[in-house]
Amino acid sequence: MKPGSLMAPEKAHLTLDVNGERIEVMFARHKTLLEVLREDLRLTGTKHGCELGECGTCAVLVDGQPVLSCLVLGLACAGKSIRTVEGMADAELHPLQRAFADLGAAQCGYCTPGFLLTAEALLKQNPKPTCREIEEALSGNLCRCTGYLKIYEAVELAAAWMRGEQAEPRDEVLYGRR
Amino acid sequence: MLRLPSFTYLEPRTLKRAIQMKTNAGPDAMYVAGGTDLYPNMKRRHQEPRTVISLTGIKALRKRPTDRRTDGHTDGRFVLTAGLTLTEIAGHRRIRRDYRAVARGAELISTPLLRNMGTLGGNLCLDTRCNYYNQTYEWRKAIDFCMKKDGAICWVAPSSPRCWAVQSSDLAPVMVALDAQFLLVGPKGERVVPAGRFYHNDGIDYLTKHADEILTEVRLPRPNGWDATYWKLRRRGSFDFPVLGVAVWVRWDGTEIAEARIVLGAVASHPQLVPSAAEVIIGSKLDEEAVLAAANAAFKPSKPMDNTDFGLAWRKEMTRTYVKGALAELRARRR
Ligand SMILES: Cc1cc2nc3c(=O)[nH]c(=O)nc-3n(C[C@H](O)[C@H](O)[C@H](O)COP(=O)(O)OP(=O)(O)OC[C@H]3O[C@@H](n4cnc5c(N)ncnc54)[C@H](O)[C@@H]3O)c2cc1C
Ligand code: SF4
Ligand code: FES
Ligand code: FES
Repeated sequence: MKPGSLMAPEKAHLTLDVNGERIEVMFARHKTLLEVLREDLRLTGTKHGCELGECGTCAVLVDGQPVLSCLVLGLACAGKSIRTVEGMADAELHPLQRAFADLGAAQCGYCTPGFLLTAEALLKQNPKPTCREIEEALSGNLCRCTGYLKIYEAVELAAAWMRGEQAEPRDEVLYGRR
Repeated sequence: MLRLPSFTYLEPRTLKRAIQMKTNAGPDAMYVAGGTDLYPNMKRRHQEPRTVISLTGIKALRKRPTDRRTDGHTDGRFVLTAGLTLTEIAGHRRIRRDYRAVARGAELISTPLLRNMGTLGGNLCLDTRCNYYNQTYEWRKAIDFCMKKDGAICWVAPSSPRCWAVQSSDLAPVMVALDAQFLLVGPKGERVVPAGRFYHNDGIDYLTKHADEILTEVRLPRPNGWDATYWKLRRRGSFDFPVLGVAVWVRWDGTEIAEARIVLGAVASHPQLVPSAAEVIIGSKLDEEAVLAAANAAFKPSKPMDNTDFGLAWRKEMTRTYVKGALAELRARRR
């Protein structure tokens, strides 16, 4: 029997590069990257919200650029490098993750993966963004909990850490201290 | 999950191959670029192509913006290929300097995430929008379908024989104001169409382009003595489609306006030129009186329907305010 002849004809069989790993995966050809990540690769860190491009919670990086995985076909990602929130921490949390946790920039956390990746792409391009630039870069990610200020502050703090500065969160942005 | 229906996905590498694939697959096929309009529409079953032909692998559609020498055919215009993303257009130095209305229009579209995906071509071929149409299949079925898809009636104007869905691209009115030229390539060859003749005032049949044709280039006039701007009204500073767009183009002759075009977006099914408003500023110095007269002249034919966000009386009123604002901006820049 020829290899692959057991495959349902409508399924695609490809190798995706996800978080630096090459993963073979089979999925229905009309699936979005969001569906492939969550359902076929079981990477449920990427969240699904509106699934229509209206919320940003599904954001992942494709070739370093933040895009909406609910509007990208899995098939269109062959040969591209995909980065999801699962790829951010290695032995330690990514500075953005640490800053989000320290400053209460995640409450329910549903929007957080999208914010983290979008912010990571921003800092790669612009290691010292102004608050206005952070706001602009994150203006495609909705958050129903935080009111955004804590998110902007966390990105500023993480940016400072990533530049090697000994930055401390300002007192007024921390809860439960003193 | 709101899922896509199943379809055949093709990724041609050349324009010729793409057009061949479209001809072979027939009316059940559609082109896709960034997918930010087509895929939501497919998820809601507004558009249901059985074959989707992606244009993203075609190099000819993603060239860097360039000047084209005058050769009778292209008359020395600045050329944007249709596959450039909105992020690329909004961030391009030359475009920001010489075509700020284009950069402005692009940077006001939706969100940074979406602009990384959405293309110029997709934006200019955007489907028209309506509150009764941009809903899920179940929603539309529940109130009964309208004539734009699957039904017979128009819920906005039930006695109307036509669909009033709204032209909602931010760059379309800008291109009409600038008198950009669109290069279309189809099975029968190439043709150049002025932006103003690319659109129809019909919510269903909104493009004059044949389904097989691919929009490959947008050719902008040389920046020689004209100025233009674009103002967009929407509820939030991000995400939202325009509920009113005002694109204004003027050519100065010394301190006076020699030529002008004023175009309204999102109040009709096409970008609406308002010659009566342009006429009253021609020959003026864009003084307060002329600006007011133009704003009033644009207000009259601005007839939004009750099928997007906000009340229609207020949107109509805002036509006056936005035309005034756009003209005042151009006057301030001239000083
Ligand atoms: C949440 C949200 C908000 C949005 N807000 C705005 C907004 O504020 N302003 C705005 O203008 N748009 C907005 N859009 C619409 C859309 O995202 C953009 O207009 C975008 O530029 C479309 O480009 P695309 O490449 O993704 O189009 P696609 O979805 O790939 O294509 C759109 C249509 O154009 C056709 N097409 C694409 N390229 C070509 C070509 N080269 N030749 C011929 N036909 C072609 C396709 O067949 C399809 O019918 C929004 C969309 C969403 C989901
Ligand atoms: S304008 Fe009327 S026919 Fe057109 S989409 Fe809206 S309800 Fe349907
Ligand atoms: S789930 Fe993709 S934008 Fe909302
Ligand atoms: S933390 Fe709940 S949506 Fe952002």
